Amino acid sequence: MNAATGYLDPQGHQRLVPAEQIVRLEGVSKTFAGRHGAPVTALEGIDLAVPQGSVLGVIGRSGAGKSTLIRLVNGLEKPSSGRVIVDGADIAALPEAALRHARRSIGMIFQHFNLLSSRTAADNIALPLEVAGFDKAAIKSRVGELLALVGLSDKHNRYPAELSGGQKQRVGIARALATNPKVLLSDEATSALDPETTRSILDLLARINAELGLTILLITHEMAVIRSIAREVAVIEGGRIVEKGNVFDVFTRPQHEVTRSFLADETGRALPAYVASRIQPEAVAGGQAILRIGFRGPHATDPVLARLARDLDIEANILAGSVDEIAGRPCGILVIGVPEASLGPTLTFLKQYGLDTEVLGHVA
Amino acid sequence: MSPEMIRLIAAATGETLLMVAIAAGIGTLLGLPLGVFLATSGKGELFAAPWVNRVLGAIVNATRSTPFIILVVAIIPFTRLIAGTSIGTNAAIVPLTVAATPFIARLIEGSIREVDQGLIEAARAFGASPLQIVLKVLIPEALPAIVLGLTLALVSLVGYSAMVGAVGGGGLGDLGIRYGYQRFMPEMMLAVVVVLIVLVQALQSLGDRLSRHLNKRARQA
Repeated sequence: MNAATGYLDPQGHQRLVPAEQIVRLEGVSKTFAGRHGAPVTALEGIDLAVPQGSVLGVIGRSGAGKSTLIRLVNGLEKPSSGRVIVDGADIAALPEAALRHARRSIGMIFQHFNLLSSRTAADNIALPLEVAGFDKAAIKSRVGELLALVGLSDKHNRYPAELSGGQKQRVGIARALATNPKVLLSDEATSALDPETTRSILDLLARINAELGLTILLITHEMAVIRSIAREVAVIEGGRIVEKGNVFDVFTRPQHEVTRSFLADETGRALPAYVASRIQPEAVAGGQAILRIGFRGPHATDPVLARLARDLDIEANILAGSVDEIAGRPCGILVIGVPEASLGPTLTFLKQYGLDTEVLGHVA
Repeated sequence: MSPEMIRLIAAATGETLLMVAIAAGIGTLLGLPLGVFLATSGKGELFAAPWVNRVLGAIVNATRSTPFIILVVAIIPFTRLIAGTSIGTNAAIVPLTVAATPFIARLIEGSIREVDQGLIEAARAFGASPLQIVLKVLIPEALPAIVLGLTLALVSLVGYSAMVGAVGGGGLGDLGIRYGYQRFMPEMMLAVVVVLIVLVQALQSLGDRLSRHLNKRARQA
């Protein structure tokens, strides 16, 4: 795993890249010519590495630059500066023919599937193989395997118009896998699907990641997508990566405002309206302090509030909460109110348990 | 109707079909690549060549904006060069082809431009070359629209072919002018019009059927 492969930078110097990082963006910026001549910066100073075999999710609001970012990886966009290294090759420096060849090892799936309406499911999957020059017999057997992999063997003869959204995306996935890529790029692949279909597509992607060891880089604006399949996450805002790390850490201890707002979109994480409308930054004598406690790690399942009442005789008022599983580990969020006078002891107590505590504000 | 009239009409119909078929055939042969190029050579497109695109576009527009009857007269020297004469069915094929080519090119350009950009992106993403994208993605996806466009071109060519009759081309137009108008044979004029109507109807419904058959977009599951 520690073997290193090299690539030649544009000046012809040999560079070494650890082989386990199959995709690497180094100091990448992208500027577009704007409508009125002024350049528009889509991405700035992006450093991102996707380890071999992992699932990395990039989350951001629309316009944050995530579409541009994923298109840099297969050379559909060229960076204005910086390097994009995929499987040891500097994608931005490759001549057109070599880039086309390199793209065969980078599959891509799309929000709107982008299937040819004039071809059947099987023929859509066959297209990248035809383009790559495989012979008919090889294409036929490979397409059969892929249809079986995505569970659509019985639909091989159907046109996209005869398939449901989820089935179309399965064809898209099979097409992306046709040339045995090392990386799969997913461009909002579930954003046009209903929640149930989204789950089945994400399950399929997770299975492909686990069984084929395929590295997946996905972009999304949905927290639930990251939560269910990503191991690593990068949060992108205004063309910059504002936060990155493993999903559990970032989700349980969000550092950046944008990350918190993504989390706040989810049920159980937002404050109830009657608290949100009254909360204020200064303490009020005789009022309550509002705390958010993140239950993670070894004490996630301890009856902390019961002990708080028994040991310190502090009565906590539960305002909101949820218990969830992120990346296979339990994780809870509780929003409580405690009397202002008990705030100090409560914080000390919670700290003993190693729980993340955040004072959100105060209410009268 | 006399057997002589029927013979004349049959011969003229044959001439019209021949003119239309050859003009449409050559027009498609030249117009298809031209149309594909016009649709893919704009700034930032597959075969980006914005200046060539603009020049070709201007030539196409110039040809398209010249009234057909003027075009026929204006290119008589060219017609003589190609066909050896400027009168008759063979000569009429030349201006018909010259008019058909840019018309078909524009129709094909429009059909190609209707293809979802996402398909081009997907094809680029799996490593297709620009030529493969044209041959394996753009033309097959645009085919139902191209067939409808070519049907429109054929119908227009039937009308144009009747017009060349006015300047000595053969076919149904020529028959209608010479017998129906100059020899005061209204029944001949009527017969010519009826044959033209039937011809156009047949072409149009054939084209519609073929296009529907090729279009896999709206099939029910």
